[in-house]
Amino acid sequence: MTDLIGTLPGMVKSSLESEENKLPVVETRDEFDVEISGTIGKPLVQNAKMSSRNCDVFYGDKQAIFNINLDIGKNEIIAMIGPSGCGKSTYLRVLNRMNDTIPICRVTGEHTLDGEDIYAAEQDPVLLRARVGMVFQKPNPFPKSIYDNVAYGAKLHGLATNRSELDDLVEASLIKAGLFKEVKDDLLMPGTGLSGGQQQRLCIARAIAVDPEVILMDEPTSALDPIATATIEELMDELKENYTIAIVTHSMQQAARVSQRTAYFHLGKLVEVNDTNTVFTNPEHKLTENYITGRFG
Amino acid sequence: MPIQTLLITLIALLLFSFFIGSKRSIAVSSVRKGRRNLHSRPNYYGFMVAIWAGLPAIFILILWSVFNSSIVTSLTIAGLPEGMQIQSKDELGLFINEIKNLSSSGNIESESDLVKKDAAFHYQKLEEISTLAKTTLVFVIALLGMLFGRSLVKPETRARNMVETVVRWAMIMCASIAILSTVGIVMSVLFESIRFFNAVPPADFLFGTHWSPQTSMRSDQVGSSGSFGAIPLFVGTLLISAIALIIAVPLGLMAAIYLSEYASSAVRSFAKPTLEILAGIPTVVYGFFAALTVAPFFRNMGESIGLSVASESALAAGLVMGVMIIPFVSSLSDDVISAVPQAMRDGSYGMGATKSETIRQVVIPAALPGIVGGILLAASRAIGETMIVVMAAGLSAKLTINPLEAVTTVTVQIVTLLTGDQEFDSPKTLAAFALGLGLFVITLMLNIAALHIIRNYREQYE
Ligand SMILES: Nc1ncnc2c1ncn2[C@@H]1O[C@H](COP(=O)(O)OP(=O)(O)O)[C@@H](O)[C@H]1O
Ligand SMILES: [Mg+2]
Repeated sequence: MTDLIGTLPGMVKSSLESEENKLPVVETRDEFDVEISGTIGKPLVQNAKMSSRNCDVFYGDKQAIFNINLDIGKNEIIAMIGPSGCGKSTYLRVLNRMNDTIPICRVTGEHTLDGEDIYAAEQDPVLLRARVGMVFQKPNPFPKSIYDNVAYGAKLHGLATNRSELDDLVEASLIKAGLFKEVKDDLLMPGTGLSGGQQQRLCIARAIAVDPEVILMDEPTSALDPIATATIEELMDELKENYTIAIVTHSMQQAARVSQRTAYFHLGKLVEVNDTNTVFTNPEHKLTENYITGRFG
Repeated sequence: MPIQTLLITLIALLLFSFFIGSKRSIAVSSVRKGRRNLHSRPNYYGFMVAIWAGLPAIFILILWSVFNSSIVTSLTIAGLPEGMQIQSKDELGLFINEIKNLSSSGNIESESDLVKKDAAFHYQKLEEISTLAKTTLVFVIALLGMLFGRSLVKPETRARNMVETVVRWAMIMCASIAILSTVGIVMSVLFESIRFFNAVPPADFLFGTHWSPQTSMRSDQVGSSGSFGAIPLFVGTLLISAIALIIAVPLGLMAAIYLSEYASSAVRSFAKPTLEILAGIPTVVYGFFAALTVAPFFRNMGESIGLSVASESALAAGLVMGVMIIPFVSSLSDDVISAVPQAMRDGSYGMGATKSETIRQVVIPAALPGIVGGILLAASRAIGETMIVVMAAGLSAKLTINPLEAVTTVTVQIVTLLTGDQEFDSPKTLAAFALGLGLFVITLMLNIAALHIIRNYREQYE
C-alpha cells in the first residue's frame, strides 16, 4: 500500500493518506468489519504513573501507531496484547524513548512520567531509561560475569559508593529476581552461560538493580519453556509491590494471570482497554472478542 | 604419445566414463518404478565410473613418471661398454647428462664420439619404449577401470557414498599439502639454522650486541669471522613495530568505532573502502614516501628545535608503517564491532547507559577477540615489513631505542645477507636462516599470546 502511494503524484498521495486516516482499518473480511472509533473501555485512570496523549509513531513515512491515549496506573501490571506487527513493541519503546535509537523513528504526542513530560527538550533519555527499565524478548545478558551484568547499571548511575554496597545491591537484585539461590556460587561465571530462563531473570535483576520506577517487558517469556515462564510470572506478581509494569505478551493466559488491566492493540490503534477480567470475559469490541477467542492473531 | 595428448585423451575417457555411468544407472533403474529404486542420483554413478577409470590410471601414470628417469638411466648405463662403467660417480653423472642432452638435441648423427653416439641412441630407444609402454598401460588400466566401474552400476550400489569418500580424501590431501609445506619450510629453516649455529655459537647470536656479518673472501684477512650478535636487529624491529602500532592501534580503533557506531551508512560505504585502499598501496610507494618526504620533514623539524634527527630514522619508518597498517586494525575491528548484536546495545541503552558507555563497556568487550586478532595481524605485518625500513630507516645495525636514530631490522638484514654474490654455506648466508627462525619464533609467540588473550576474554553470546 505505501509503495503504491509512493509512486503516485503528490496531490493524490496526500488525499489518499488523509482518507486513510479518516477511515481506519476497513477490511472486507467480516471479522475486520468493525470500525474503530477511539478506544473503548477505560484507557485513563486516576493515579497514573505514566500517560500518553495523542501518540503517533512513524517509521520514515510509514505510520506505526495511530493516536493512542493511555494511562498506566501506579503499581499496576498492564498487559498489552494484539496480533504481531500491531505496534505493541513500538508503543512500549515510546515509554522509555528507546525509539530514539532508531534514526528513522519519529514519536509525537504528549508523554509523561509522574506528570513530567518525558519528551521535553531538557529531558535526557539516558536518565529517563534509568527510571523506566526494560526487559527484552530475547534474553540479552552482556558478555560479562553474572555479577558484572547486575552491577553494570548500578555502576553507571553511581548507585553504590563502595564495593560492599555494590555487593549488597547485586545480591538484593538477584534475590528480587528470584535468581540468587541458583547462582550465588557462580557470580563470576559468564551470564551467557545460564539457561534461557535464568538469563531472562538475570536481565530482570539487571533492570531492577538500577532501581527503576517502571519496568517495560516486551514478550519476556516468549523464548522460554513453561516452567521458566511460571517462575517469571510469579516474580512479576511480587515485583508489582514496588514497580509499575507494562508487559507485552502473546499469551492470553499470561495476560489473564499476571495483569490487572489489558490493552488490545490492532494495526497501530488502541482498540480496547479494560480490567483484565472484563476484557477476557466480556470484551466490548468485536475485534477484541475475535482476537481473544482465537479467530485471528 | 606425448604427455599432453595422453592427458587430454584420458580426460576425454573420463568424460565418456561419466556419461556411460549415468546412462547405465538410468538404464538399470528404469526397469522398475522410475528411478526411485536407485540408491544414488545418476550423476553419482557417472562420477563413480569416472573415478574407477581415472584414479588407478593416474596413479600408474604418476608412479611411472617418478621412476621412469632412474630406470631408463640405469638401463643406459648397463648398456655402456665395459670400460665406461667403472667411472667414478661424478664422471658417470656428467656423461649421462651429456647423453641426455645429445639425444634431445635431435642430431645424434653429428656426434663424433662413437661410445656417446651409441649410448645416446640406446637412451633414445629406451625412452621411446618407455613412453609407448606407459601410454598403453595407462589406457588399458583406464579402460579396465571403466568397465569394472560400469559393472558396479546397480540400483543398490552406494555410488554416492563411494564418491563422497573419494572427495573427502581429496580434500584431506589438499589440506595436508598446505600443512606439509608449512612444516617443510619450518624444517628447512630450522636445519639451516642449526648449520649456522655450528659455525657461530647460539649465545653469540642471541645475546651479542654487535652485528657485522661481513666475512672476507680470503681467510687470512683480518676480521674474517664477522660478528653475528642479533640483538640490535631485533631491538630495531621491535622499535619500529612499536612505533607503527602506537600509531595504528588508536587511529584504527577510533576509525573503526566511528565507522561502525557513529557514521551514517553513506559515509561508511565511502570511507571504509577508501581506508582499505591504504592496504593495497605497494610498500615500495610507502617506502619512498617515508624516505623522501617524511624523514626529511622530521630532520628539518628536529633541526629547527635543536634536536639531531638522523636523515634515516626509526621514527619516519615507524610512522609510515603505522599508516600502512591502519586498515588492518580498522577494517577488521569495524567488522567485529558491527557484528555485535543490536540486542547487546539495546540492553545497555535500556538501562540508561549513554552511547559512549555502551560502546566502551559492552560493545568493545564483546568485540575484543576480533579486535585483538586485527591488531595481531597488523603487528605481524609490521614485523615482517621490509621495504619501508630499507628505504627510510637505513641499514646500520646500531643498538638503540632512540627513535630519532637510524636502525635496521631483521627482515632488512635478511635481504642484505642474501643479495649479491655469496657462497651458500658461509655463515653470512646461513645467518639469514637463523634470523628467519627468530622472526618465526616471535610471530609464533605473538599468535599464542593472542590466542590466550582471546580465550580469556572470549565471552560468547548466543
Ligand atoms: N525499526 C523499524 N523500522 C521500520 N519499521 C518498523 C521498525 N520496527 C517496527 N516497525 C514496523 O512497525 C510496526 C509495528 O511493529 P512492532 O511494534 O514491532 O509490532 P509488535 O511488537 O506488535 O509485533 C510493524 O509494521 C513493523 O513493521
Ligand atoms: Mg514485538
